[in-house]
Amino acid sequence: MVASLPESIVPDSSFRKQVERLSGRRVSACFQCEKCTNGCPLTFAMDIPPHKLIRLAHLGLKDTVLNSDTIWVCASCETCTTRCPNGIDIAHIMDILRQVSQREGIRASKKDVPVFHSTFIASMKRWGRVHEMEMAAMYTLKSAGLKGLMAQSKLGLEMFKKGKIKLLPYRLRPNSQVRNIFKNAGRKG
Amino acid sequence: MDVSYYPGCSLSGTARDYGESVEAVSGTLGVALKELPDWNCCGSSSAHVTNDELSVALAARNLEIADKIGKDVAVPCAMCYSRLKVAEKALLAGREIEGISHKYEGSIHVKHLVDFFWENVGEQAILEKVKKPLEGLNPVCYYGCLITRPPEITDAVNPEDPQSMDNILKTLGANVKNWSYKTDCCGGSLILTLPEIAHKLIQKLLDMSQEAGADCIVAACPMCHSNLDGWQKEISQETGRKYDIPIFYFTELMGLAFGDASVKKWLHRHGTDPIPFLHEKELL
Repeated sequence: MVASLPESIVPDSSFRKQVERLSGRRVSACFQCEKCTNGCPLTFAMDIPPHKLIRLAHLGLKDTVLNSDTIWVCASCETCTTRCPNGIDIAHIMDILRQVSQREGIRASKKDVPVFHSTFIASMKRWGRVHEMEMAAMYTLKSAGLKGLMAQSKLGLEMFKKGKIKLLPYRLRPNSQVRNIFKNAGRKG
Repeated sequence: MDVSYYPGCSLSGTARDYGESVEAVSGTLGVALKELPDWNCCGSSSAHVTNDELSVALAARNLEIADKIGKDVAVPCAMCYSRLKVAEKALLAGREIEGISHKYEGSIHVKHLVDFFWENVGEQAILEKVKKPLEGLNPVCYYGCLITRPPEITDAVNPEDPQSMDNILKTLGANVKNWSYKTDCCGGSLILTLPEIAHKLIQKLLDMSQEAGADCIVAACPMCHSNLDGWQKEISQETGRKYDIPIFYFTELMGLAFGDASVKKWLHRHGTDPIPFLHEKELL
């Protein structure tokens, strides 16, 4: 559970404003009905349930929020967003929190999650489409090392036999617009 | 009937069974799938957790290609569908995206393939092609998260209780079971990063399908399918309960009912072998 909540909290609106600016939604509209938490299929694996995370963001407890397991355990299933009576796009706010956390160089509490996403994006950027075999192998190597990759090779071979591994990647056309999209987005970050 | 087709990255790889069955049943139904030229990855779950601009721009480029062609787009993957719809709503709201100069005005529609088959192709056209009704099959239909959620993005009429896949399976003659887990999450986005958590979500769906009296689960998304189909051995080992539940793509069962000769080839690619089950049901 939440390990390090301070005994008294002095609200700081700067983090709330940052989250509201980036998400385009009002965190302050939350009246703590807990509908998000009750519908969330991942609450059992979170250290801070979604409604509390929203409250902490509202109060400005940036470090607690950005260091939580919750932002990385969220599976983006969109149940909270669908059910929130106040129209808070909680799943998108989770995205914003993960983005801010990565941009600020915070070490993710579930460290493999951002490693997976950066590997996935690298494959997308290289080929225009994700090359699943390369992506899965690179991710396993980065997260579990050579030993981990060897351990997965049996599964890889099984999938290969079933025809589920595409060996050659797609190749982007020269001067593809996709390259510019990555360039522009990288600049805006 | 012509429709633009955005297959997504998995359909030529880990979801090859889905890709092959989509093409076969579309052919049978007289639907010409026109693959979008030079389409790119929709950004999937990785772009939207990393960079908002990137996630919208990648999907918007595909919409730009589709809009210039001018036909509706059918999308077999729930993730791709969701990302294209997010971009569609952003463009319609007037969001400017660097690198996307085309003015998108919403004259084409993006549809998930299961809705396209039910709403655009329709019951009568499907029924006419049924040679071998799926009698004795007791499936539950599993839609997962992103075909219907959030409804502001997907335009789903009934996001917690969708019907299109149920209707298709009923038209094929199956005895579709009702259950409350149609749109619960399978943990697909966590399967490689937090597998112990994802396994719990998968196990719950497998258990609940049994409780509903189903003998198989039908999916309409590459991630949902590979998640439910591919880890049953591991989950059996972890829990000491034996899981051997056939997981089908809805298009595979359409092919089966249409008497398609390639059905076995698709089913051989599954992690949990459904062929003995279909033999037992005298459907194969």
